[in-house]
Amino acid sequence: MPESKITMKEVDHVARLARLALSDDEKERMRRELDGILSYIDKLRALDTVGVPPTSHAVPMTNVMREDEPARSLPQADMLANAPDRSGEFFRVPRIIEE
Amino acid sequence: MAEEKAGARRVSSAYDVVIGLEVHAQLLTRTKMFCGCSTAFGAAPNTQTCPVCQGMPGSLPVINRRAIEFGIKTGLAINCTVNSDNRFARKHYYYPDMPKNYQISQYEEPLAVHGHLDVEVDGAARRIGIERLHLEEDVGKLIHEGNLETAQSSQVDFNRAGVPLMEIVSKPDIRTSGEAGAYLRALRAIVVYLGVCDGNMEEGSMRCDANISLKPAGANEYGTKVEVKNMNSFRNVQHALEYEIKRQARALDAGERIVQETRLWDPDKGQTISMRSKEFAHDYRYFPEPDLPPLNVEPRWIEAVRATLPELPAARRARFMQAHALTAYDADLLTGSRALADYFETAVAACGKPKPVANWILNELLRELPGDDERAVAACPIPPANLASLITLIEDGTISGKIAKDVFEKMYRSGEDARTIVSREGLTQVADVEVLEAKVNEALSTHAKAADDARAGKKGALGFLVGQVMKSTDGKANPALVNKLLTEKLYKV
Amino acid sequence: MLTDLTIHELGERFRRREATPTEAAREYLARIAALDPKVKAYLTVTAEAALARAAESDRRFKSGAPLGPLDGVPLGVKDVFCTRGVRTTCGSKILEAFVPPYDATVVARLLGAGAVILGKLNMDEFAMGSSTENSAYFTTRNPWDLSRVPGGSSGGSAAAVAADLAAGTFGTDTGGSIRQPAAFCGNVGLKPTYGRVSRFGLIAFASSLDQVGPFAKDVRDAALMLQAVAGHDPMDSTSAAIPVPDYAAELERGAKGLRVGIPAEYFIEGLDPEIEAAVRAAIETLKSLGATSESVSLPHTEYGLAAYYVIAPAECSSNLARYDGVKYGLRVPGARDLIEMYSRTRGAGFGAEVKRRVMLGTYALSAGYYDAYYGKAQKVRTLVQRDFQKAFERVDVIVAPTTPSAAFRMGEREDPLSMYLNDVFTIPVNLAGLPGVSVPAGFTKAGLPIGLQVIGKAFDEATVLRAAGAYEAATAWRKRKPGLAA
Repeated sequence: MPESKITMKEVDHVARLARLALSDDEKERMRRELDGILSYIDKLRALDTVGVPPTSHAVPMTNVMREDEPARSLPQADMLANAPDRSGEFFRVPRIIEE
Repeated sequence: MAEEKAGARRVSSAYDVVIGLEVHAQLLTRTKMFCGCSTAFGAAPNTQTCPVCQGMPGSLPVINRRAIEFGIKTGLAINCTVNSDNRFARKHYYYPDMPKNYQISQYEEPLAVHGHLDVEVDGAARRIGIERLHLEEDVGKLIHEGNLETAQSSQVDFNRAGVPLMEIVSKPDIRTSGEAGAYLRALRAIVVYLGVCDGNMEEGSMRCDANISLKPAGANEYGTKVEVKNMNSFRNVQHALEYEIKRQARALDAGERIVQETRLWDPDKGQTISMRSKEFAHDYRYFPEPDLPPLNVEPRWIEAVRATLPELPAARRARFMQAHALTAYDADLLTGSRALADYFETAVAACGKPKPVANWILNELLRELPGDDERAVAACPIPPANLASLITLIEDGTISGKIAKDVFEKMYRSGEDARTIVSREGLTQVADVEVLEAKVNEALSTHAKAADDARAGKKGALGFLVGQVMKSTDGKANPALVNKLLTEKLYKV
Repeated sequence: MLTDLTIHELGERFRRREATPTEAAREYLARIAALDPKVKAYLTVTAEAALARAAESDRRFKSGAPLGPLDGVPLGVKDVFCTRGVRTTCGSKILEAFVPPYDATVVARLLGAGAVILGKLNMDEFAMGSSTENSAYFTTRNPWDLSRVPGGSSGGSAAAVAADLAAGTFGTDTGGSIRQPAAFCGNVGLKPTYGRVSRFGLIAFASSLDQVGPFAKDVRDAALMLQAVAGHDPMDSTSAAIPVPDYAAELERGAKGLRVGIPAEYFIEGLDPEIEAAVRAAIETLKSLGATSESVSLPHTEYGLAAYYVIAPAECSSNLARYDGVKYGLRVPGARDLIEMYSRTRGAGFGAEVKRRVMLGTYALSAGYYDAYYGKAQKVRTLVQRDFQKAFERVDVIVAPTTPSAAFRMGEREDPLSMYLNDVFTIPVNLAGLPGVSVPAGFTKAGLPIGLQVIGKAFDEATVLRAAGAYEAATAWRKRKPGLAA
């Protein structure tokens, strides 16, 4: 039986990092599925990539910038229109407890 | 205060204090770091936003060239090496003031590295190393119902989200709270001189966090670092550090372990307060920003920026001391802002009298406005040429020093020049010998007893008589001449 | 029927005043009303707006001043594009009521070209999937067999063209999400070079892989559609400042002298023999038209899938962090504090596949794992790119199957990994950032479409379209239509 690639504890930790509430069933299924996928991904280890530079941009480009010229902001009404909880001119959020 | 300082010194003999400072400076660009929204302060909430800075689905960032320029400029001014190859990275954490729940910042390849600032503390010169300088976007503003601990909800304004920030991280070279203050002041003077940031800690355009640890004197291994936040003035930084030094020393003396945590400075209580202990560091999951191609800052650009560097505060201060024989203290104040230093030099160039110009600025002008506020100085109602002409009027005897003070007040309130005020109000100094002789004689006869006292050498009698003559001329008499005439008449046989 | 026509044929009718844009729009809307309940391609139909725009287009044609080849043409766009004032869900519950205050650049360009947008098309949630079964709303059906999937993630876009519910549509392709559904549905589906078309306003899945492209009834239409949207956009820092050629101009050149590469690694054991036969036959057709062929090797092909399933989830976990119930979208009520609000909102608003990829991506980027996963995958990406670069030193285009199998039945691929394998031939092209098109190449015995993939060099869409066009002209696959009755 190949060693598990991801533990339940790690699933909990990652779910918390990703701010995802998962039911116990979901967590167990997630653990199994991630395990499978991570095992598949493991084949990458076999590849020798010493000296190979990473590619973060498919088509090489550099120095894309814009001038410091003002562009029109969108009206306040537009920006607040989709707010799930609007409080006057603000977005409102529930109680913030420091982590 | 003095006791705390002394206490700190007692402490530091048993322990080495290791302090590193992280400064965030809001850049004076017109628009945000990654979009064209305005950075102007004071707008109604959520009126200076767009899909990009509010992190709407589908939005993409575009780098503000001027922000990069300001970063290069500052990096050069603090003796850093500018990294030609640098790039932005995503820093992930969830918080309501972060529209995308990641901040576009720089991580492994910052804009500039390995600089230093030379500061002077208690007469000793110290070089504080600078680890790195990088650019990132600011977050929005959170307004809590009451305070953070008890608020049931909070409100978010994204106007500030996306404003360009420059983060400067010092090496842990700072050893005392005094050095920390000196470093901050020097750094602030530089960014203000460069015109990249207005350095206002109270308003939050310049912010400082500290990392501080203690280790037994001479030991090699560093102690546990504590992060201190919420210090919104130079004074608060120094006080907070002094408090932390004492707190950690006491704990270590008692054999306690220092907890790695973040503490907030509470200026009312004069203490640092622990936030819930964070034994685990944030996992920011940095990776290179895929929406932004990397930067390659060419040497040509760096040199072009270098050519725009003004004379920096330290160099200017040294030159003032040398060229105008000013004390370090005076030179410090006169170079408190680039505007003030320019003001001084313009006035000196107009009248050629550095010492009086310095005195008038330091004693009179700085009573009216803060010398380290670029905007206030630039908006001064008395242009430097006018101050220069006022001084010229004194030097050539047109008005007395005392009258000049009145004239100065009037100049400040009205913006008019000295000559206009003097001629309109007939304040020209009386230096006509005949006129003064008559006044002197009058005074001597009116105040015969004082005259006798003066002849007898009684202290203050001469001064009293001078004062009487001044009064009889509405203060316009040339005091030196009055003194001479009185003396002649009193002591001549 | 106007709905049978290609875009270029329709444009011809408009110009000859034999039909008006309003007539075309009405016909398409009527067909949508009649058939879409079965096909389920559309999430939102914008009939009123479409008719208003068609009327404007009518006026332009009347006054003899049409805007161009897309003026008055009824199109659909995948619900991944922000459309101002029109609900944009990205196939997710978390954006069920989201109405963007701005248009994606692609949408703005289409509107500027006079196109008549019929509505927003169904998709796998946040573009993650290969069957459109991950849509939070419903699964679109394959018009060729309503019990089968249309492919994904741009399933609605592909099905709409196949069923003549739009003259053409736009979708997006991150790992094959245009080409694979085009193969399953028998259309032309083009993924341009990364950076050829602006991503501004495209709801991001994997930033370094996402690209916008057309679904069309034929190759000429695809060229016209690409023409209307391609080109640099200052709002997208990754969009290329490379000039846009006239894509339709090259189409007539034919396949003579074209050097075609056949990648050995794409003819693997899992490949359906009917598909292999169709692809090999297509290569013969191209040779009969004057092309030459040779074998090329893309040795890192098998690692592409694994690298993709690190990079794409990593980037998506980051791009989806913003869906938190604060500024827009779903917020689950009743949370006691912020963290609970975040977690319950995202837990309820995201479907299983999205959650899986967010978890995988978060894991891959987390402390201690970055080098082993993301860092490693980015290096493998370089190796995949180099494979193509080497091959393109000797050939002009690479021809291969688009998918290992034809459209499967709904519910047949439940295991995530087996679903991922659908994209094994398309993913390397995204990793390398190259252009690729899928063009109809026949049918299985069961009557399901087979796609031929043509891959080209960076920014060489013209040659890709030329090869595909030459093949298409020599075959009659596009004449067959699915037997959809109202």
